[in-house]
Amino acid sequence: MSNPSQPFQPLSEAKTLSPVEPPPGIGGEGFFATTLDAAVGLARKGSMWPMIYATSCCGIEFMATAGAHYDIGRFGMERFSYSPRQADLLMVMGTVAKKLGPALREIYQQISEPRWVLAVGACASSGGIFDTYSVLQGIDRVIPVDVFVPGCPPRPEQILDGILRVHYLAKHESLRRRDSAEYKALLDHYGIE
Amino acid sequence: MEETLLAELRRVLGDRILSHEADDVPTIVVDAPALYDVVDALYSDENLAFRFLTTLFGMHYPAEAGQGERLGLQVLLYNMRKGQRLRVTCSFPVETPELRSLTPIFPAANWMERESYDFFGIRFAGHPNLKRILNIETMTVFPMRKDFPLEDQSRDDKDDRMFGR
Repeated sequence: MSNPSQPFQPLSEAKTLSPVEPPPGIGGEGFFATTLDAAVGLARKGSMWPMIYATSCCGIEFMATAGAHYDIGRFGMERFSYSPRQADLLMVMGTVAKKLGPALREIYQQISEPRWVLAVGACASSGGIFDTYSVLQGIDRVIPVDVFVPGCPPRPEQILDGILRVHYLAKHESLRRRDSAEYKALLDHYGIE
Repeated sequence: MEETLLAELRRVLGDRILSHEADDVPTIVVDAPALYDVVDALYSDENLAFRFLTTLFGMHYPAEAGQGERLGLQVLLYNMRKGQRLRVTCSFPVETPELRSLTPIFPAANWMERESYDFFGIRFAGHPNLKRILNIETMTVFPMRKDFPLEDQSRDDKDDRMFGR
């Protein structure tokens, strides 16, 4: 059990990304008491439905991640939501052309809160090798991104690592975060309602 | 170029042929304002009957000695019955990138002319829907012109110390 006096470490300092580590609380025979934040965070991270947005080779690596060998189902994510309305996590895997930017943004806007975004691969993160007139130089130019996964393309292990980092964020997120002034300022920065 | 084809072209086009060459595809160079009439004549003539538009695309010639910066257009025509190909090319100053649209002759020219507009900024008078076709509508440049830099348009994460430039 983690130390209750240190309920949240920043993601960059997180030593472990254990998917089974329980939140801080008091447990005993047949019961476990914790805060509402932690219980909700546990539920959110335990059944996160990803919205798949795969445009190129990173999507192929994702398919491997979803397959039996790497098995994304181990993390409660085997139910892909091909509708943004029912998704929690937007996974952008691959090159996004500038012309696709508005479509991606619309998908993001259709996902209800709380929502997370994972940018998989160099192209989604920065444009990658495509420093050219037609390619969006990183999806963080149109939507806020929670976790970037480097690689060209990243191996399934790296994608899983990115997913665990998103889970870490979801698990430790305050219930009030989405109402905070900082979060509103972030959305305002992107011009998202 | 094959003599019989050249003779036929001269019969139909006369002195509108500025020059010609026997490339892999027989090529004639015409004046840009005359392009529409030339293609129309090649289409209408019963003997030549170039009635299939293979492709159409823009070009950009940077300024050279003795000649300013120019844009060009190439039209590849095909006579299916004879298996005969023909390339019609023209060039015009970059300041006045205006041509008459070929869509009244070849409806297939519609998207190709939009592409030429999108990438080279060639404007086609009489085109039914001249707007960008491949790039995002808000783009303000014509990216296939050679004065448009290939890289570093909107990138700010490329550090020369790491990229070894």
